Amino acid sequence: MMKLWFKSGSPWIWLNAAAVSTCLIMVVAVLSLVFVRGVGNFWPAQVTQFSYQEEGKPLSIIIGEKVDTSITPAIMAKSTGHKMTDDEDTLVQYLVKVGNRDVTGADFRWIEERNVKEQSDPESMIVIERREWGNFYGQLLEVKENGKTVAKGDQAMPELQTRLDAALVVFDKIKQLEKKEIGAINYGLERLRLKQKKLQLENRWDSDAEKQFAADKAEYDAQYQSHQAELAALYKEIRRDSLVAKTESGTEIKIPLAKIVKVYQPNAMNIFDKIGFFCHKVFEFLTDEPREANTEGGIFPAIFGTVMMVIIMSIIVTPFGVIAAVYLREYAKQGFTTQLIRIAVNNLAGVPSIVYGVFGLGFFVYILGGNIDALFFPESSPAPVYGTPGLLWASLTLALLTLPVVIVSTEEGLARIPKSIREGSLALGATKIETLWRTVLPMASPAMMTGLILAVARAAGEVAPLMLVGVVKLAPTLPLDGNFPFLHLDRKFMHLGFHIYDVGFQSPNVEAARPLVYATALLLVLVIIVLNLTAIIIRNRLREKYRALEG
Amino acid sequence: MTEQKPRSHTIDMSSILGEQRQSQTPNETCIKVENLNLFYGKKQALHGVNMEMYRKKVTAYIGPSGCGKSTLLRCINRMNDLVDHVTIEGQILLDNENIYDKSVKVAELRRRVGMVFQKPNPFPKTIFENVTYGLRIQGINDKRLLEETVEKSLRGAALWDEVKDRLQDNALGLSGGQQQRLVIARAIAIEPEVLLLDEPASALDPISTLKIEELINELKEKYTIVIVTHNMQQAARVSDYTAFMYMGELIEIGTTSELFTNPTKKQTEDYITGRYG
Repeated sequence: MMKLWFKSGSPWIWLNAAAVSTCLIMVVAVLSLVFVRGVGNFWPAQVTQFSYQEEGKPLSIIIGEKVDTSITPAIMAKSTGHKMTDDEDTLVQYLVKVGNRDVTGADFRWIEERNVKEQSDPESMIVIERREWGNFYGQLLEVKENGKTVAKGDQAMPELQTRLDAALVVFDKIKQLEKKEIGAINYGLERLRLKQKKLQLENRWDSDAEKQFAADKAEYDAQYQSHQAELAALYKEIRRDSLVAKTESGTEIKIPLAKIVKVYQPNAMNIFDKIGFFCHKVFEFLTDEPREANTEGGIFPAIFGTVMMVIIMSIIVTPFGVIAAVYLREYAKQGFTTQLIRIAVNNLAGVPSIVYGVFGLGFFVYILGGNIDALFFPESSPAPVYGTPGLLWASLTLALLTLPVVIVSTEEGLARIPKSIREGSLALGATKIETLWRTVLPMASPAMMTGLILAVARAAGEVAPLMLVGVVKLAPTLPLDGNFPFLHLDRKFMHLGFHIYDVGFQSPNVEAARPLVYATALLLVLVIIVLNLTAIIIRNRLREKYRALEG
Repeated sequence: MTEQKPRSHTIDMSSILGEQRQSQTPNETCIKVENLNLFYGKKQALHGVNMEMYRKKVTAYIGPSGCGKSTLLRCINRMNDLVDHVTIEGQILLDNENIYDKSVKVAELRRRVGMVFQKPNPFPKTIFENVTYGLRIQGINDKRLLEETVEKSLRGAALWDEVKDRLQDNALGLSGGQQQRLVIARAIAIEPEVLLLDEPASALDPISTLKIEELINELKEKYTIVIVTHNMQQAARVSDYTAFMYMGELIEIGTTSELFTNPTKKQTEDYITGRYG
């Protein structure tokens, strides 16, 4: 009976089905874990007030978000030093995000369920997202203007919201001024300084140049002065208002509105408010810059850096890979040498990526970059321009890393084009290059796109080599901005993959940053999917257009 | 193939030949093959072929598979240059010029000697782009000229009426027979002197085959045509001259009616009566 069953082949079918479903289940599990953990972070959690009394201590109040629950068997709990009575089978603990790091010293706290005397979710609880010290949880007492109370009790919240909105507008203005206008002035001044140094190096620094230099500098200084005055006024305006709030322990603290991002009462929100809040938070996450050592705020620079790097890499790797493949397949004499080159190319794909990183650092950054600096930017020495890790070198390193994929798939694409098509073109008086250019390459373009898709998938997720050749924890400026020459390939940049590593493992506040790690991971996956989908759509269009001869 | 009695078509041959219009123009040599030897590596595929092909006549090559007739055909526009390890000895004169001379540019030669392959091989482009491909290679981009050429060539290939409303459609959407006529249109768009047809109808259905044969009859008014065919009836129907090849050697060449009705060589007779092949 068993033998028959084996003979029928169904065990193998079942085995295959099991393997496929295991893969699918794992993929779905990873994605949903990342999704739930990452996206859940943006949903406004209830703020709970616990009346808490540990044995032999006075009753205290704890306010915070219940983040996690852990259940430990009694024996285990005893061994870790918890006192357990005989009728308790398990020890239930809650992880509560209590915030108020400036007061309590830590954001999170474990409490035991058995010590909780009472818990409630009062509507008046407020959460304040601050620019420093993390979240604040507590009660709003009053709103002050220049130290004088303007609203108290029930009026305080609406008053606070209007004043906060005004303060946020001012804050944006300040940021705009500091980053854009004053940033541009600083950039201009730096270029001016370099120009001066260059002229001096070339012995062309004469009185005319000096006059010109002084005039330019004076203009920048004047601009700076006017901005500075504007800035001072704005700072005065934003520092005017503040609020007073009470923490769980009854301490009253004063928080200037300039330090606040958002104030909300999660317990008083209905479902629509919560959805609105959620969307707002997600938007903020996608478009804002990180705060507080990357543990708060958004990750826009990292998204931007990742996409930028992948695009530059694609621009570099595609022509190189295609040209190499065309030479190997169409022009090179097939034989031992070409076979050797093919084997070498295939093996390149298996070299660990960190090795590429080391190569990139040694060759691109130090040798190439160093020489570029020596030749073209002698004025900025000893500060390196290209002789230091940056976007260009990172893209080049990844281009090198993904080159084999593009070469191999382009070669396959070229090999698949029927001989009859080439002959047809040649028979019409086309030369080899015309045939390649007009017929063969367009027909092989879907294969090139396949190579590019694989390259993008590999490059976007690569972190190790990037740490050596250009990625940093926090880049002060984007590689693309309004200052000439707009695209700054020499700049360091942020990257989603490295951001995950940095926030998850190098952060001073790991517990607070953990949801961000999931959210960033989810975003990285999404970015790769979007990049890939774009390439796949283009490839399918091309495929449709150059559908090869059937049969 | 096993020994079998002569196929019935050999009997019909005379009637087919009888219908053939014998053109009255005097024979003028267009292509002359002299002592042509061809080796694939060490294997010799053509043995000392000598023959002449006349202007504005149809010459057919017949013979069993692997006899070298396609190889010989592909020598005339130097398509064999593309094959690795090929050595060619002897010469082929086109209008008294050796096409294997070093000074000859292959691309230019192929503009003068067009070729149509066994399997239709249109490019995955629009019908219009297919026909204008050769012209665009020559750098002709004048839209009016291109349009005129497309119409003229498609009419010449008896395809115009079928595709005139969908010139911008992908050529791969055409039927096999239409594709083959498109390929012929593509070849005559650059106005070659000679047209080489390598079993142009072998992948087509009977009706399409008939259309191609009619087309050949029209095309010979303007072009010197060399056709390779497996099908002896076809050779008899379309050609003025027929060459019989066997094992890389040219066995016999003569006017089609003579070769089919009164072959001088025993091998030729055996082949056309179906004793082997």
